[in-house]
Amino acid sequence: MVALSTFVQRELRLLARQKADWLNPVLFFVIVLSLFPLGVGPEPNLLRLMAPGIVWIAALLSVLLAAERLFKDDYRNGVVEQLVAARQPLLSFVLAKLFTNWLSTGLPLVLLSPLVALLLSINSAEFVAMLLTLLLGTPLLSLLSVMGAALTVSADKGGILLALLILPLYIPLLIFASSAMEAAAMGLPYHGQLAIMLAMLLFAMALIPLAVISALKLNVS
Amino acid sequence: MRPIFTVVDSQILVITPQPYPVPTDELLLHGAGLCCIRQDRVLFEQLDFRVHAGELVQIAGKNGAGKSSLLRILAALVAPDDGSLYYRQQPLTAVASDYAANLCYIGHQSGIHEQLTALENLSFWRSASGIAKADDFALLAELGLAGLEDIPCRMLSAGQQRRVSLARLWFTRRQLWILDEPFTALDQTAIAMLQQHFAEHLQQGGAIVLTTHQNLSMAFTRQTTLELAYRW
Repeated sequence: MVALSTFVQRELRLLARQKADWLNPVLFFVIVLSLFPLGVGPEPNLLRLMAPGIVWIAALLSVLLAAERLFKDDYRNGVVEQLVAARQPLLSFVLAKLFTNWLSTGLPLVLLSPLVALLLSINSAEFVAMLLTLLLGTPLLSLLSVMGAALTVSADKGGILLALLILPLYIPLLIFASSAMEAAAMGLPYHGQLAIMLAMLLFAMALIPLAVISALKLNVS
Repeated sequence: MRPIFTVVDSQILVITPQPYPVPTDELLLHGAGLCCIRQDRVLFEQLDFRVHAGELVQIAGKNGAGKSSLLRILAALVAPDDGSLYYRQQPLTAVASDYAANLCYIGHQSGIHEQLTALENLSFWRSASGIAKADDFALLAELGLAGLEDIPCRMLSAGQQRRVSLARLWFTRRQLWILDEPFTALDQTAIAMLQQHFAEHLQQGGAIVLTTHQNLSMAFTRQTTLELAYRW
């Protein structure tokens, strides 16, 4: 493995220099969630009922927002091409992208979940369920969006294509995550949903890095 | 082959730095019957291509003649539409990792990120190619970039960005260099310096394939020019 830390360090540096890239999606998430109580009225029971769907749809869209530019710069300036030619460092590059993408878009959502609980008047049992689904689900969101970004990197206006490609893959996650939160709201166990989410995450972790590498090679050739 | 160990004063063992043990004249890269088709246009076909250790191959030709396409085929980024490549007499597909590990490809794009400083770009490529840290300040100063180490590369001029990109050639241990238009945007001093560095690399048994529109001002001991004709 060629210096994974080098690549992570580089990505973190870029995130620090291009704050808009990751702050915009996070702000988007907060804005959507804070607009909902204003839009549908501050009726606590109604908000609680809708919370699972709202939280997860906002999370999906905010991660999607961050995905488009993920490989764009490095594709345009030739870094991707030269890493493909060098072969060996490519895996580290991809893993670093995955990790820092989660760090900059997934983790903030997890950290913001107490605020979300306040905005949507969620009780503590539902909050725990939301936290767990976000912890398991956001890495999967990152994996899928990195794959989409790699596939569409050479497309000029890849944004729409990316959304069309990736949103269907988000749907199983959306179903199980919101179902876990609904079960928690009704006081039912939700281990099953979490287990399936974990299974999807592990499956994606094993295969998606390879898919990303192939997609990058394809786009360079 | 140069000796790896030299006995000096019959007692002290001096290990001379030897990045890659190569017999000179070894056939490094051989392309047989290469063909490249772009947008229904045959750029070249039945092209035979040989690069030996210690040799500089200059690929010339008009715009659109297929110089960059040939380089991308040689760098194993794109498969040729016909023909095959051999690295040290073995099919490239069988020894792809070995080949990639001995190749330094710098394409038309510089490979430097505009938001990162010269120093950061350099140390990134250094560790991405698995080379230990060294004094990058000295290297950048040698390349005429003293005082510009710590500003983002987007503030640098095109020629200065090129210098940052090419700085990699000063620490790489790869034997085969494939360079697409390395002299673009460089001034006369930098071109002379780069050619001097090429000569040193060739002397150590390295090989260089490059495209350029200008004639090389320096005479290399072993230099081949391949002229690609523009075909309709």
